[in-house]
Order: sequence, then C-alpha cells, then structure tokens
Amino acid sequence: MATLVYINSENGLAKSAHEVVTYAKKLGEEVVVVTTGSQEESTLSELGKYGASKVLVEKSVSGNDAQQLTRVITSAVESTSANTIVFSHDLVAKAVAPRLSVKLKAGLISGAIEVPNGHTVKVNVFSGKAFGNVTIASDKKIISLLPNSIQPEENGSACTVESFDGNPGEITIKLIETKKPEGEIPLPEAELVVSAGRGLKGPENWLMVEDLAKELGAATACSRPVADIGWRPHHEHVGQTGVAIRPNLYIAAGISGAIQHLAGVNGSKVIVVINTDPEAPFFKAADYGVLGDAFEVLPRLTEAVKKFKASNQ
Amino acid sequence: MKILVCISKSPDTTSKIAFTDGNSKFDENGVQYIVNPYDEWYALVRALELKEVAGGSVSIITVGNASDEAVMRKALAIGADEAIRIDAEPTDAYYVSMQIAEYAKANGFDIVLTGKETINYNGSQVGGMIAEGMDLPFVSLASKLEANGNTLTLETEIVGGIQIVEIDMPAVISCAKGMAEQRIPNMRGIMAARKKPLNVVPPADITPLTAFESYALPEAKSACKMIEPENMDELVELLHNEAKVI
Ligand SMILES: Cc1cc2nc3c(=O)[nH]c(=O)nc-3n(C[C@H](O)[C@H](O)[C@H](O)COP(=O)(O)OP(=O)(O)OC[C@H]3O[C@@H](n4cnc5c(N)ncnc54)[C@H](O)[C@@H]3O)c2cc1C
Repeated sequence: MATLVYINSENGLAKSAHEVVTYAKKLGEEVVVVTTGSQEESTLSELGKYGASKVLVEKSVSGNDAQQLTRVITSAVESTSANTIVFSHDLVAKAVAPRLSVKLKAGLISGAIEVPNGHTVKVNVFSGKAFGNVTIASDKKIISLLPNSIQPEENGSACTVESFDGNPGEITIKLIETKKPEGEIPLPEAELVVSAGRGLKGPENWLMVEDLAKELGAATACSRPVADIGWRPHHEHVGQTGVAIRPNLYIAAGISGAIQHLAGVNGSKVIVVINTDPEAPFFKAADYGVLGDAFEVLPRLTEAVKKFKASNQ
Repeated sequence: MKILVCISKSPDTTSKIAFTDGNSKFDENGVQYIVNPYDEWYALVRALELKEVAGGSVSIITVGNASDEAVMRKALAIGADEAIRIDAEPTDAYYVSMQIAEYAKANGFDIVLTGKETINYNGSQVGGMIAEGMDLPFVSLASKLEANGNTLTLETEIVGGIQIVEIDMPAVISCAKGMAEQRIPNMRGIMAARKKPLNVVPPADITPLTAFESYALPEAKSACKMIEPENMDELVELLHNEAKVI
C-alpha cells in the first residue's frame, strides 16, 4: 500500500510540489510520486527530502492532455497498489482529478486545507466563507490540496527516480500555442500578493502597485470591476467569481471590501488594507489598516520595504 | 449544433452563510437562489452565441428537485430552448455528473458546457467527471471558444499563462471569465420562457462517493490595528516581527 502523488514538473518543482509530498507523508503510508515529461532527475530526486520514496517518470508524455495523464496515473495506481492519490489543487488537477475519480470510482475531495482528521477532510466551501468536513465512502480516495495550506517539511534525503511506462494512449487535445508572460509569479501559488481596486482611478496608476510587488517579490491581483473594464488582465481578478487565494500576506489598496471580494481572499493569513474611507468594509476583515491615500501610501510602503531589505542583508 | 449546458443553482452572492441541524446543513432560511454565475454568464451565453451563428439548439440540464425550476426558468428566459431536470437530490459531484453523463450519452450532444465551478462548493469537478463518464475530451477553464466545422478552438488558462488548443466535437468544456458577457433577460424572454418545455427525468441508479458531514464558519478576526499613513516603516516592522510574513 502506498500514497501516490501526482506532480506537474514541466516548469520545475513549485512550492506546491513540496506541499503535496509533505501532506502525503503525513497520511502515514509510503509516498510514491508520478510525473511526466523531461524534467532533470536531479531535480525530481529532491522530492525525497519531503518524504517521497521514489519518483516514477513517464517520459513519453509531454503536455497536459487530461485523458493521457488520467491513464498514466491509473497505471501508477495499479503498479503501486495506492489507495490514496494526492494532487495540488491547480489547473492541471482540476482537469485530471475528476476524470481519475470516475475512472477509479474513487471519491474526490477538492480544495483540502488540512491533513485528514480520521476519515474527514476539511475543505473551503462557499468561496471561502465557510469550511466543510467531507468523508469519502469508496476504498480509493483522491484529495487535492489547496496551495499554501500547509508548510513543506524536510525530513528525508534525495530519492530514486525511475522510468515508468504508463500506457498514455492517444492525445485528443491538439496544442496550437502557449503564451507565458515572463517573470510573473502565478497568483494562486503566491505567498505575498499586492492587490488594488477602483480606488486607483486608472490603469496608468498601476506602476505603484507593480513597484511594491516587485520589491516584495509578490504577485499582483485586482478587484472584479478593474478586470471588467480592462485595466488589468482577467487572471488577476480575485474573489467569489475570480481566483480564490490564501497567501501569507494580502495587501489591498483602493478596494472597498465587498462581500464577493472578501470571499476570495479571506483565507489570507494577514490582510493589510489601505483606503481613504474609514467606513470601508474591508477594515473589518483586516489585520492592519492604513487610513490614507493609496497614491501616497503605496510609494511610501515601497520605500520602507526597500529600506528594510537593505538593513536586513 | 446541439449544445447541452449544465446549470447549478447557488445562493445569491450576498447571502448570509449559516448552517442548521448541528451544523450539518446549509441554512436556506431567507436565501435567494440564482443561476451559478459561471454557468449563466459564460457557459449559457456562449452556447447561445454559437447557436446564433451556426444554428442548432441549446438545452440546459440540472440535477435537483422541483424548487430548482425557478432558476431553470431564468436560464430559459436568457434564451435556452428547453430544460431538463433530473429529479434527484444533488448529493455529490460524482452523483450529479454521472446523471448528466447518462442523459447526454442517450441524447447525443456535440458540446457539453459547464461553468468553471459553483460558487458554493467550488469543486471544479463536474465537467471532468462528465467527460470521463462519456469518454470524451475535456478542456477545463476555457476563456474563448470558437467553432469551425467539426473543430473547436479554445483558449484555456494554464499555470502562469494561456494555451490555445484544438479538439474535435463531441467534447466537454468548462467555461471561465472571458468566454462571453452577461445577458440580462428581457420581458419577451421571460414571457417566452413560461411556455418552453421543462422535462423532468427520473434519475439513474448511481451511488455517491463523498458526503459533507458538517460545516463551520471561520473565526471572527480580532480588531484591525491602525497605522498612520506617514509611518510605513512601522507597518513593515510589524509585518516582519509581529505577523512574520515578510
Ligand atoms: C454576482 C457578483 C459577483 C461578484 N464577484 C466579485 C469578485 O469575484 N471579486 C470582486 O472583487 N468583486 C466582485 N463583485 C463586485 C463587488 O460587489 C464590488 O462591486 C467590487 O469588489 C468593488 O470593487 P472595488 O473595491 O475595486 O471598487 P469600489 O467598491 O468602487 O471601491 C473603491 C474603494 O477605493 C477607495 N478609494 C478611493 N480612492 C482611494 C485612494 N486614493 N486611496 C485609497 N483608497 C481609495 C474607496 O474608498 C473605496 O473603498 C461581484 C458582484 C456580484 C454582484
């Protein structure tokens, strides 16, 4: 018996990869990782440090065709007799885990935020406004873990990496083009996020937001109206009808804190709100508040972070 | 082109979230239900646009009880041709998806569309499960969808960017922001919706795989600490030493 972890290693190993292996290790069984593509062995073997005993690599599969990945993971489940399969609740898992659930008749819990308590797993529901405790009735179980929910823990040493023939079958989704903006931090995984809303008045004023984000090494986000009017790209829209995030730090400037916005960000560990209106509802959800003009406060905060970094070197 | 759009109801976004029966059930008291925004704004509207160009029909389907017919009528008012309600409690995503997959297999559709996720359970499970149940390709989180003969061209979100892909019909697609613009039903649509067929279908024999045992609300935040706008060094200091996030 084992716990099988699927990891997307296409772009190297993200922090979420360390999180899912750590999580799987806490379930108590041997942890085997399955991945696809041509990632370096030396990179993959690092997963041993977080508790993996080996990594299986299906090298003939490149890309993220969900049907192929489902077949490969199914083969790995059979060869390792795994009873539990763990994913990071990312874009690939959202396509693959449901397919796998049907194929294996294994109950799927998506968006887990804690290690199971007996047979129940805690998840986010109502877009972050509440928690639910879910149980799985089937013998085989699939859990997809919300990024940033647990801290990676190192407790072992590098592990072996083996080639694996996972019977991937045909590709049904033909890839035409991939567009990846360089150097941006993907929002769902970011530990620090700087976000702004309609209070910034226009897209030309986002430089202040980007400057602060760059200084902190943070991702940028925005409220829904800002994405709707095209000031910022859609993938930055957070909230109930956008991305739900749970970074360690969420800084919100010129955002009123409407209930739909809060829903997507109130899993954040620490919230800083910058707003000119003392009645802005966001202050009620904040840990630290600054009552002031974002046009003055943001550059000042950027300077303060610069100073702090210089004195901490 | 024959399109099936999966519709879920969800509580209005301003609803107070509370639970009853020893925190085991969502408290529906005073809750207004709406069509799940992703299903309505993106999946349904894009389906209607495709039909307006290529002809065909748009059917909507839900798994639920008679009280869900109000939200079905709203989706019909926006422009769907017919509605199907599978008459069962939507116990879990697997149960719902297998019901829809059975119906879709028996009735032959070119495209099955879902929203990205529901705003109450946020599982993002139904589209992928239907696709596996029907053994069809599934493109998740599509923000653009164009049809050209038998081929669909889609733009989808990937980790850190977007991808453009092609698939042949039939296929299952989950729809995210960018796909279409919200449409407000007009009076004529609302009147017409009353006369459109709403077929009630008995459920297939499916056993759910998961169950929600209980719910909890997050703990209230302690009071917000205010910092003078001139004093950003203090904020950085607090974030480092007190909150320990930088
Ligand atoms: C079904 C539905 C779903 C929705 N989903 C989402 C969602 O997912 N995400 C989301 O964000 N919204 C969502 N909304 C919209 C939400 O209700 C709010 O309208 C929106 O969040 C407001 O955005 P905002 O805070 O940027 O703008 P506003 O509400 O206009 O607030 C601007 C804020 O900036 C402050 N301000 C102005 N000038 C300055 C300055 N110089 N310095 C500092 N502060 C300043 C103002 O005091 C104000 O608080 C949804 C709404 C509905 C109905």
